[in-house]
Amino acid sequence: MSDTGRVMLLQGNEAVVEGALAAGCRFFAGYPITPATEISEVMSVRLPAVGGVFIQMEDEIASLGAVIGASLAGAKAMTATSGPGFSLMQENLGFAVIAEVPCVIVNVMRGGPSTGLPTHVSQGDVQQARWGTHGDHPIIVLAPATTRECFDLTVLAFNLSEKFRIPVILLSDEVVAHTREKITLPHPREVEVVERLKPTMPPEWYIPYEDTPRGVPPMASFGDGYRYHVTGLIHDVRGFPTERPDEIVPFLDRLFRKIHQHLHEICRVEEFLTEEADLLVVAYGSVARSAKRAVREARARGVKAGLVRLITLWPFPRRWLEPHLRRVRAVLVPELNRGQISREVSRINQGLTRVEKLNRIDGRLLTPEEILGRLMKM
Amino acid sequence: MPEFTKLIHKYLRHEKKFPHVWCPGCGNGIVLGALIRAIDRTGFSKDEIVLVSGIGCSGRMSVYVDFNTLHTTHGRALTFATGIKLANPRLQVIVVMGDGDATAIGGNHFIHAARRNLNLTALIINNQIYGMTGGQYSPTTPLGALSSTSLYGNLEQPFAIAELAVAAGAAWVGRSTVYHASHLDQLIETAIRKKGFAVVEIISHCHTQYGRKNKMGGPADMLRWQKEVAVRLEKAQTMTPEQLRGKITIGILTDRDLPSYTREYRKIQQAAQAALKGGG
Repeated sequence: MSDTGRVMLLQGNEAVVEGALAAGCRFFAGYPITPATEISEVMSVRLPAVGGVFIQMEDEIASLGAVIGASLAGAKAMTATSGPGFSLMQENLGFAVIAEVPCVIVNVMRGGPSTGLPTHVSQGDVQQARWGTHGDHPIIVLAPATTRECFDLTVLAFNLSEKFRIPVILLSDEVVAHTREKITLPHPREVEVVERLKPTMPPEWYIPYEDTPRGVPPMASFGDGYRYHVTGLIHDVRGFPTERPDEIVPFLDRLFRKIHQHLHEICRVEEFLTEEADLLVVAYGSVARSAKRAVREARARGVKAGLVRLITLWPFPRRWLEPHLRRVRAVLVPELNRGQISREVSRINQGLTRVEKLNRIDGRLLTPEEILGRLMKM
Repeated sequence: MPEFTKLIHKYLRHEKKFPHVWCPGCGNGIVLGALIRAIDRTGFSKDEIVLVSGIGCSGRMSVYVDFNTLHTTHGRALTFATGIKLANPRLQVIVVMGDGDATAIGGNHFIHAARRNLNLTALIINNQIYGMTGGQYSPTTPLGALSSTSLYGNLEQPFAIAELAVAAGAAWVGRSTVYHASHLDQLIETAIRKKGFAVVEIISHCHTQYGRKNKMGGPADMLRWQKEVAVRLEKAQTMTPEQLRGKITIGILTDRDLPSYTREYRKIQQAAQAALKGGG
């Protein structure tokens, strides 16, 4: 790639494309929507140049359908959207979960509900990303805070998706997506890329949904000679529909187990000045950048503040947060919604410390001053 | 061994898939038979075929056949098929849908797939009712017909699926009925061989949900009804609109050569790659 290993001035959305291409993404289907459209536009130019395919579908339902189809045919595949489109994708998102089809979905969050505030930032889709599709299901959601992280987490999203055969949501936001920053794209050699595990046994021995120690069965592509069935119905180990309790429960258990026994590979947080902190800020996405500045300024004024920046939102990095909750005087959760992650922090807190919220829902970013002001009063 | 028994052994899945979910006398079995015969005649290997289905009674067809098979979400089968075909154009992708599946919840995907003209084969089994959910009216239920949600008579104009496909730009469109089984074999075979988006509308019957409520009798009576209302396209062209009222024309409605999407996209890839090399 001519662009890699170079210093560039990119916005978050463009860095997502660079990350996707570096991770091996070769199929993109999408539908225009603010503030995610740049991802489609750049993909439409870049993908054919690397032998990949871009297509603009008739809506977001079709976009994710095409992405799943492409993934089943062996391509690393992605789509990108914002709130209204993400709502439409929930149906096929559930399909990708139950049929264990790797794919990456970028949701650049804007103000909602409904058409909401199309050009303004929000973090209102955090719980939808967790629970938007019907039925009890696992999901992986990553939240970038910088342009460089848009690159890194898109690569990680593909790697986790391929490794665990699960859709991964990159939950970006309008500020992260449109902020232009200088970044140095790593050389392709430096980018760790994971390929999905493929069957090596003869086709007649292949049991497509057989349990394995990792809980992730190898995945054949259509056309590889392993003819098997893929369905959104609860299925047995051969992929065929079943209504037998003794097959339903092991299947659903495995869907969760393949994620929960690998939390150390999935959950990531960044700790900033958390040592000996007695006030903890828990933040993610664009707000985490304001929070970092506020924590630094609070330290300069003698307040022992620290930041845990959530990189993985779901599965919620409970184990990484709990030790801090036992120690600190209070926790502040600033976010651009009415309290979607603070709700989760409170849920795991169980009286260990005091959890406070700081929210903005007017389409504007929380400033370092606002967060600092609150920290000084806590 | 009869020829068709050999095809059954070759193309149907043997382990754990039968009995199937369809009612005795259902037209879906005839469509499955026609599909298998057509595929066998085209000479494609089982590994090259991907059978994609939607949701409903017809959606279960993908479970029973020994191809790469994909049972998608309701109405979305063509979108999944689009992704498969674009990611691996060597695969022969055949999509089976019902009337509600393809033209109600999937209506938008259907017209866009038709105008986009990927090399896909779409079979739409039109039994004029939502069978699996218990017989509610669909976009192809005739005016005045009874269903479990139109017990006072259906108020809505039905879609003519094949004509809709022609208007939306499909490269090839044909229509037959499950009564005309050997005609159906030929149409499906031609549709699979066609380079471009090919639609076969297959008039079928749901005696359980539609026939019973509308006093049309059992499977044999409804097959007889198909025989009576079907008119070959060539003959229909000599008939007056009055004579054609209540009739269903069968045959090839359109066959046009349109640019292949995947071939055109390949040109874009080559141009983009050349530009990348040139720009160094």
